[in-house]
Amino acid sequence: MEVKAGKLVDPCSTRITKTGAWRTFVPVVHHEKCIKCSLCEIYCPEGCIHQVEGLFVPDLDYCKGCSVCAHECPRKAIEMVLEEK
Amino acid sequence: MEKSLLAPGHRACAGCAMPTTIKLVLDAAGPNTIVASPTGCLEVTTTPFPESAWCVPWIHSLFENPAAVASGVELMVKRRGHDTNVIVIGGDGSTFDIGMGSNSGMFERGHKILYVCYDNEAYMNTGVQRSGSTPFCANTTTTPWGKESLGNPRPKKDMPAIAIAHRVPYVATASIAYPVDLRRKVKRALQVNGPSYIQVNAPCITGWTFEAGIMVEISRLAVETGLWPLVEWVNGEVTEVKKIRMLKPVDEYLKTQGRYRHLFKRPDGAAILKQIQDMADANIAKYQLVD
Repeated sequence: MEVKAGKLVDPCSTRITKTGAWRTFVPVVHHEKCIKCSLCEIYCPEGCIHQVEGLFVPDLDYCKGCSVCAHECPRKAIEMVLEEK
Repeated sequence: MEKSLLAPGHRACAGCAMPTTIKLVLDAAGPNTIVASPTGCLEVTTTPFPESAWCVPWIHSLFENPAAVASGVELMVKRRGHDTNVIVIGGDGSTFDIGMGSNSGMFERGHKILYVCYDNEAYMNTGVQRSGSTPFCANTTTTPWGKESLGNPRPKKDMPAIAIAHRVPYVATASIAYPVDLRRKVKRALQVNGPSYIQVNAPCITGWTFEAGIMVEISRLAVETGLWPLVEWVNGEVTEVKKIRMLKPVDEYLKTQGRYRHLFKRPDGAAILKQIQDMADANIAKYQLVD
């Protein structure tokens, strides 16, 4: 019997799973208050908030709504809002 | 092109500190890195078959042997003349208890490997059982508080001291609340020609039971109360210590978490709080955390 040890899968392949479906509260960024300190980007456990054309925008395909970004924002520029679908 | 070397879509709980730890470690290490990991939340949540959140080569074998696997990887990297970082990222269950034998071997043989422990202070993946890292009087499913019990009866194992006893040239403690400090420590550790060990405070929303969104704040409070001193040891000597600017009583840290709730409910809790404060004071005196 042939025994194959281990299995290879593609890198970064969890991208096919959109964890945004877990979310109850959605982060809304008030860009006028943002000082671009990028703490939200650093702390985000999903790694799903990045600068898009100079503004920090959460990728709602993956954001689980954990609100770490809102809590750590020194200017309170991120608000967690109940998401209704 | 991925912006981070850990892709989104992993299955870690919302508000978990472990993916943030991985992101910061990989940020500092860069793409020329191979990671070995033990069993644990990290393995289960970042590599649900047939997917992987890792954008660098990553290998899992068993709970007890990531350090042994990484030792083999490091020897092969060396033999082929590559200059690739070899890192182990594992939880405290593997690091403090189950993998202790192979960790000891890796440290003692002097492999050029960085071992990062994301320390959430219990076996969170299997349902919050006590580990060697669980702090004094924390409630876990195997050390529940009740009439006869105040939670975990033993203090936390001093893993950095064990690494230092193996003459590991670079040992440090870090926290996700201090990302610049953590990244700097990873960079320093990777320059060491030998083993290095970094222990990162990583709050667990499920096991520690706290409000969503405050995981970074909890980790910051652990540092600001003196319960989690940020220290660097080079060749066994303390070389750098993060000073606390605004020292806080340990209650402020403990009351944020459900695992310590009983200490504030029971009449004999005050004496325990005093004991935990004494532990923090001992750290503050030992490492001169306050100027």
